[in-house]
Amino acid sequence: MKYVSEFRAKAFIEALLGEIAKEAASGIRRTFMEVCGTHTAAIARGGLKRLLPAAIKLVSGPGCPVCVTSTAYIDAAMARALRPEVTIATFGDMLRVPGSAGTLEAAKARGADVRVVLSVLEALAMARERPDRRVVFLGIGFETTAPTTAAALARARAEGIGNFLVASAHKTMPAAMRALAADPAVAVEGYICPGHVCTVAGLAPFAPLVEEFGIPAAIAGFEPTDVLAAVLALIKQRNRGESRLENLYRRSVRPEGNPKARRLVASVFEPADAWWRGLGVLPGSGLALRREYAAHDADAVLPVAAEAPREPAGCRCADVLKGIIEPKDCPLFGEACAPDRPIGACMVSSEGACHAAHRWDRS
Amino acid sequence: MCVAFPMRVTAVTGDRGRVALGDVEQEVSLELLDNVAVGDYVIVHAGFALQTLDRGEAAETLAMLGALTRPEEEPAP
Repeated sequence: MKYVSEFRAKAFIEALLGEIAKEAASGIRRTFMEVCGTHTAAIARGGLKRLLPAAIKLVSGPGCPVCVTSTAYIDAAMARALRPEVTIATFGDMLRVPGSAGTLEAAKARGADVRVVLSVLEALAMARERPDRRVVFLGIGFETTAPTTAAALARARAEGIGNFLVASAHKTMPAAMRALAADPAVAVEGYICPGHVCTVAGLAPFAPLVEEFGIPAAIAGFEPTDVLAAVLALIKQRNRGESRLENLYRRSVRPEGNPKARRLVASVFEPADAWWRGLGVLPGSGLALRREYAAHDADAVLPVAAEAPREPAGCRCADVLKGIIEPKDCPLFGEACAPDRPIGACMVSSEGACHAAHRWDRS
Repeated sequence: MCVAFPMRVTAVTGDRGRVALGDVEQEVSLELLDNVAVGDYVIVHAGFALQTLDRGEAAETLAMLGALTRPEEEPAP
């Protein structure tokens, strides 16, 4: 068992598509939303939208961390990057997200110390090795990523690495799914739930959503069979008038998730209001550093004067993130805005709906 | 960015471990898990192992997929 190739077998994909076709034979249109950037990328890479019956539409939600992060956050990172004693350490996707006055990549080209890391532990090591620098890690991502930032902060505090700072834009997903389910402009009839968020969070945060809104939900892994099995589960629930939370990624998602990771997150972070592109401020949907960690909080140690951020003119990222329009419906898509010259955040990351659509769906 | 992969644990030293997938080998933190052993498969994300994969559950999912490819074996309704 390698947990990868077994879940890519062509026979399974064909059998699932056959079952989906039977369930979709009535021709009733169904719109399902995935709320994880890795699902967006997997669906695009596997060409799954073309394999599904025309009646089934898959739309992307606010599951790409870079895409939902505010322009104000990028602006703050830019302002800190310009300070001579600061090193910005970030996942690569953040480099090219346009802020009000350019990108971190452009700031780096002009001499700012901006480093790409694959793990927060690399940022912590930089701080340890260079006590003369203030290393600011850009903490973005959902339940999956927050425990890694929490682990680094706990270690920095224990080891007294005072020059390791975090600018937290971490967010939690259920609040965003709730906001979408409650929005009459969003016509989502089922959620493909994020498998790796649930690997940490477990089932409990998602069950009330299903109950309250009567919306079918299926937790899915990231191989083509995983995604198709979720689509089949959702259409079956719809056809039978049911709404349940089904866990189809049991090899990774235990009902209780990863309690150890969650305890660590709760010891370092506390819930805070957070701004999401497309959704605005959602109460309690962000993770801010607890007071005990104020000495490592970039917002406390290196405050930045907040100016009103300038959003790119014409960009419809906000509507893409709610599944109200498809990327190709944005007037900038493909011509003005493309992966090599992104205007909106959704065109930057390979997990962004616009990037995925541009790269895989256009041919 | 929040991409996570199943990788096989090849070494464990305290709360650090090495994991491999094909030709790729890397070091990971095991501090978010208890009782990880060499030979386990773990979900790796941003330098951390997030969960140990459950062999029994994986086999069951594959068995369910296998059953879909043999509809003639489905019990009569």
